[in-house]
Amino acid sequence: MNPVVGIAALVGVSVATAVIGFYGLRISRTTGDFYVASRTVRPWWNASAIGGEYLSAASFLGVAGLVLLSGTDALWFPIGYTAGYLMLLLFVAAPLRRSGAYTLPDFTEVRLDSRAVRRVTSLVVVVVGWLYIVPQLHGAALTIRITTGLPSWVGSVAVVIVVCLTVVAGGMRSITFVQAFQYWLKLTALAVPIVFIALVLAGNGTPALAEANTNPTGLAPNGPYQNISLLVALLFGTLGLPHVLVRFYTNPDGQSARRTTLIVLGLLSVFYLFPTAYGLLGRMFAPGLAQGERSDALVLLLPGRLIGGPAGDMLSALVVAGAFAAFLSTTSGLVVSLAGVISQDVLGGSVRGFRLAALISATVPLGFAFMTDSLALAGSVGLVFAFTASTICPALLLGIWWRGLTDAGAIAGMVTGGVLCGGALVAGALSGPAASGAAMPQWLAQPAAWTVPAAFAVMVLVSRATKGRVPRTLTKVMTRLHTPERPLATERQGHSDR
Amino acid sequence: MLRQTVHRGYAGQATLGTMPDSPLFTAAAIAVIAMAIAVVVGVGLKVLRSFRELGTDAERATYKTLHAASRAGQHLRTGLNPAGAAKASKQLRSILGCDALAITDTSGVLAWDGAAEELKPSLMGLAAKVLDGGHTAVIPAGELQMLAGDTASGPITPDVERAVVIAPIKAGARVVGVVAAFAPSAGAGLVRATGEVADWVAAQVELAELDASRTLLMEAEVRALRAQISPHFIYNSLNAIASFINTDPVRARELVVEFADFTRYSFRRHGDFTTLAEELRCIDRYLLLERARFGDRVQVSLRIAPEVLSTVIPFLSLQPLVENAVRHGLEAKEGPGHITIAANDSGAFAEVTIEDDGVGMDPEQLRSMLAGHSDGDHVGLRNVDARLRQVYGEDNGLVIETAPGEGTLITMRVPKSQPHHDA
Repeated sequence: MNPVVGIAALVGVSVATAVIGFYGLRISRTTGDFYVASRTVRPWWNASAIGGEYLSAASFLGVAGLVLLSGTDALWFPIGYTAGYLMLLLFVAAPLRRSGAYTLPDFTEVRLDSRAVRRVTSLVVVVVGWLYIVPQLHGAALTIRITTGLPSWVGSVAVVIVVCLTVVAGGMRSITFVQAFQYWLKLTALAVPIVFIALVLAGNGTPALAEANTNPTGLAPNGPYQNISLLVALLFGTLGLPHVLVRFYTNPDGQSARRTTLIVLGLLSVFYLFPTAYGLLGRMFAPGLAQGERSDALVLLLPGRLIGGPAGDMLSALVVAGAFAAFLSTTSGLVVSLAGVISQDVLGGSVRGFRLAALISATVPLGFAFMTDSLALAGSVGLVFAFTASTICPALLLGIWWRGLTDAGAIAGMVTGGVLCGGALVAGALSGPAASGAAMPQWLAQPAAWTVPAAFAVMVLVSRATKGRVPRTLTKVMTRLHTPERPLATERQGHSDR
Repeated sequence: MLRQTVHRGYAGQATLGTMPDSPLFTAAAIAVIAMAIAVVVGVGLKVLRSFRELGTDAERATYKTLHAASRAGQHLRTGLNPAGAAKASKQLRSILGCDALAITDTSGVLAWDGAAEELKPSLMGLAAKVLDGGHTAVIPAGELQMLAGDTASGPITPDVERAVVIAPIKAGARVVGVVAAFAPSAGAGLVRATGEVADWVAAQVELAELDASRTLLMEAEVRALRAQISPHFIYNSLNAIASFINTDPVRARELVVEFADFTRYSFRRHGDFTTLAEELRCIDRYLLLERARFGDRVQVSLRIAPEVLSTVIPFLSLQPLVENAVRHGLEAKEGPGHITIAANDSGAFAEVTIEDDGVGMDPEQLRSMLAGHSDGDHVGLRNVDARLRQVYGEDNGLVIETAPGEGTLITMRVPKSQPHHDA
């Protein structure tokens, strides 16, 4: 592939992100239309922003690669990623919006009336965030290596630098609009090339190289345990992702938080059609990409391989731009929420503290990314979901829906889940050949099926044992979480358009 | 003339330089560490020595008594309540060296520490006279059993014969409770000591009451500070509306409706907090009314990040700032004036800025006005500043950048997460 294409796409996306970030809200309105209503974010915008923030390297590159490698088994990933939002819609979105807490540590502190819980939650949130940034950087490294031939580290460093610059310079002021733009960019970047490819293939009648249901690698299909465990991780893991939860505060009230989530479900469902289509076409027309470690690059390579020429270059540029949009949006969303947590809990919440915290939260994962090898992207993000599902998710779900939760129970559960899941991940990484995962015992490779119930059980049992520690503020907090609020007064009475 | 930053508590904005990474810096770091170690070792040696030389018996006794008293004082700091009294009675009994010690308030026994707990039901009867008269009562060993038997329902047979000294706790002129010390015999020493202990408890109770009234005072101050819309504004608005009644009755009617909505918001009784969105709507109405007076002389632009619209802020904390910008920034100025209102997401905080290009203020005068040394035209600012400090802590007051003729920029930072404040 022409290296200029990749670099041009990277620069283009970075500039567009920065410009929207800085100037998205600078369109000052004067005298005539002061209405606050024109400033609230409509559910559509916010849903696009959530989609933009959520669809990471794993979704953009990883899912297609997995479909190429393991066929229908890989479809559990998009199903899990999307269905997690159903859980969020049913159990978390509205109560969390009503809680008035802006971060997960805020929420647990208010709900359990304890500083200790806050510290543990902060720690877990930071760990989850860092773990989640690492695959994004791996994705960037892969993309740069494949498309430009430059060394891998250039990609990771470029993403970290762009994110740090925009966040530190205050470029995330209109973060909602940046992220919403990124969603539509990612969708376009996947949809347009695949449509062209389909048209070209249909037009010149290229014969398929292999049947769609032939497995190009000969790996054994996943057993039921692996699929169930994966689904548990993805369903429950989505509930606790720090950068996703923050988005809900942009909604004016709990009801629009629910509506937003509904739209997100639609947007994600549409999006995941395309990586699946890439995977399918890859199996039929480019099964050779399944060899080596290039399956994750399928989306990047397919347009150039099947169309070629300047048209292929153009389409490749579009895909690379979409990929970088994925890395940048997820990473910047995570860095912003991590920086919020770190600056508040460690650095005292000043503006300087926030900037410093942003630098810390972006550079530490860069170190991790250098030290570790790129696993299969979708798989490694799946492991982060497993960790979230075993730690934050039980505290969040029980905190919202069970009056009996105590601070001691929450801490014990989070620590248990964290230690079990983290231990399984480390043991798995040390014991087997990391790239394939085939040599590891299944229960180590996909620990969610037993670590999530264990965390829930410990949380419930310890809470039962420490009944006396149920906070005195319980009734007040629960009432606040579960009673519908007054709508945010943004419309004029009598001129209301709702 | 350049604008100066006015923020009570510090002069100007301090900036920290970056650490120079040089041999000098390394040397300095090593020196600091070495000094720290020396200090720790020195203090440690001194502490060790002081343990070896605990002083004479009298010194040790004094220390023990004072230590027990200070421990008990901490427990009584919240006033006479069962939890605090129970902990304090242990310490006080060790000071008096008696068999049992009880603390009561006017209605019942709060704490009983030590032996003879079978006397507990009858103590209030014994103490009734002390609570009424406010004089220490001494009941000798033989009589106690008899009196207790009289006042309680059943016969009392304590294992050991005991006397009791009951001393009143007098806070001001009132008797708020008693301290009762039980011992085999009630000598003059015990009587005097019990009286002193009761007086000491009284002092602690008075301190607790002082604490409580200070809290009340702070709450009252916040309530008093709750901003009110200025009478001038009402007068001016009504006059402006009156001028439209003949020339443009439709507009006059709309303005009256706006005015009604504005006053309804400003006069609302419930809650000390509101959301940024509601406050902005109030400002919208306010500016509509001001524009009826000033016409196009007041131009406003708005740059609000949607993420912070639902942030909770103190009720009527922005409107006075905008009113200040109109009143003191633009009214005195010739030609049109521009006000920019912006709200941004800034980490854990929402940052609201209000900027005008009007006549500005004298920083020195403003500083002394904010510190409460002088009254000026900008009482609204001081009010908002005081409330922000009261609610969010001393570091979160207004930051005002201004100079005569240079306009004014007011920045307000509010934490986004305030789960304890209901909008």
